[in-house]
Amino acid sequence: MRDVAVIGAGCTTFGEKWSSSFRDLFVEAGALALEDAQLSGEKIDAMYVGNMSAGRFIEQEHIGALIADYAGLATHHIPSTRVEAACASGGLAFRQAVIAVASGMEDIVVAAGVEKMTDVEPGASTDTLTGAADREWEGFVGATFPGLYAMIATDYMHRYPLTREQLAMVAVKNHYNGARNPIAQFQQEITIDTVLKSTMVAEPLRLFDCSPITDGAAAVIVAPLERAREFTDAPIKVLASAQASDTITLHDRRDISTLDASISAGQRAFKMAKLSHKDIDLVEVHDCFSIAEICAIEDLGFCRKGEAGKFTADGQTALDGKIPVNTSGGLKACGHPVGATGIKQVFEVVQQLKGDAGKRQIDGAKIGMTHNVGGTGATVAVHILGRV
Amino acid sequence: MSVARFWRKIPQRYNMLGTRCETCGRHFFPPRSFCPECRRTGKIADYKFAGTGTVVTYTIIHTASEQFEQLTPYVLAIVQLDEGPRMTAQVVCRPDEVKIGMRVKRAFRRIMTDGESGVIHYGTKFVPVE
Repeated sequence: MRDVAVIGAGCTTFGEKWSSSFRDLFVEAGALALEDAQLSGEKIDAMYVGNMSAGRFIEQEHIGALIADYAGLATHHIPSTRVEAACASGGLAFRQAVIAVASGMEDIVVAAGVEKMTDVEPGASTDTLTGAADREWEGFVGATFPGLYAMIATDYMHRYPLTREQLAMVAVKNHYNGARNPIAQFQQEITIDTVLKSTMVAEPLRLFDCSPITDGAAAVIVAPLERAREFTDAPIKVLASAQASDTITLHDRRDISTLDASISAGQRAFKMAKLSHKDIDLVEVHDCFSIAEICAIEDLGFCRKGEAGKFTADGQTALDGKIPVNTSGGLKACGHPVGATGIKQVFEVVQQLKGDAGKRQIDGAKIGMTHNVGGTGATVAVHILGRV
Repeated sequence: MSVARFWRKIPQRYNMLGTRCETCGRHFFPPRSFCPECRRTGKIADYKFAGTGTVVTYTIIHTASEQFEQLTPYVLAIVQLDEGPRMTAQVVCRPDEVKIGMRVKRAFRRIMTDGESGVIHYGTKFVPVE
């Protein structure tokens, strides 16, 4: 297997981008990534595009070909493949690109993620996102996505010492980071009170416990490590790529407030990279809801089960904490264009490892991790990236 | 939601018919054709659930998708059936009544309507056991 490196990365600003179409978003992110790698498009051998639900959000399928066409690569007839795994689509697109290069099958591969979510009404987007769970046995009976995560929160708070205020600290911390990220959807700080006084969505989760509806795209370019210096002075090595799955329904899980797929993918990634959680300088975790970040940092081993509330409230996951979590602002503040999120996480880690993260820079960051969840934990992709 | 898709499931949607692996004794609802443990050595047989169970966790939904908007706030829970499997369902009670560990039994109820003049979908909800 060949070593793989990220040689370029680009991301649009995230938000309600009513003046940009789906294809505009992708082209913008792709162009930024190509510019970053100082690469011309005709050198690209293949593309993988993470997208959850263009069919329902913009009534467009056949995304692989659409993207290849509007990226100006259709006449080069490169293979372009859409990858779908709900909110983990981006993480899996990145993994497919890494596998393609590692195998020797392709050399220069684009991994992109894109979602345009604001073209439908809120009720319709809620319903579309419910498709990431089991439509027949969860969605049919009135489960929403916030509702499913709320049931994780109820279970967790019944069994472990997590206060409502500690849970709110996840959002407060991520908004603090988002306020220092020029691409973030929300660039304003909030207080615990902001969270606790916001509209109830699904008890105990309130509006500010939830990631928003977002438009956006991100793209990264991967290449064999041995060729990386042709394109960049600062290649970022892919130290591990891991993926795991679990039951589609939350109710069939072994433990409702533990994501076994996160544990499995995390352990596989650490083994592949020959590293442990102590070696990680920062991590982008999948905080689609505040409780999801609490579970993620425990499942990945950054603190013990049941201790993430105190760990967060003590500032251990802040920019200057023991393990900075979601320096980008996470899904909560940076925004969550579902298919793009996994690639944006890689983009953030690459920026941090290159020292390009501005006001949210982690000093001397050498190794970063990404954790991307599909559904309530039925798919998880974990990647570890390191400075060369 | 399409009519055919949710009406063809009539046996398990209305009667809580599942399956049981006679090799290892595990029950499945909704029915499974393969036992995840015993794989093809498992002997799967039909099983009718008693319909009684316990609330494992819950939420009160305040923001719903279009079909459920008129029901908010409503109680959604994961219920563990006495035979073992868990299912997600609404519990018909006041939001402040639901508790972890609460005993419930199944009830045949209207789940939703496809628009004002659309098809009415029926299925299982749970009601508290007195």
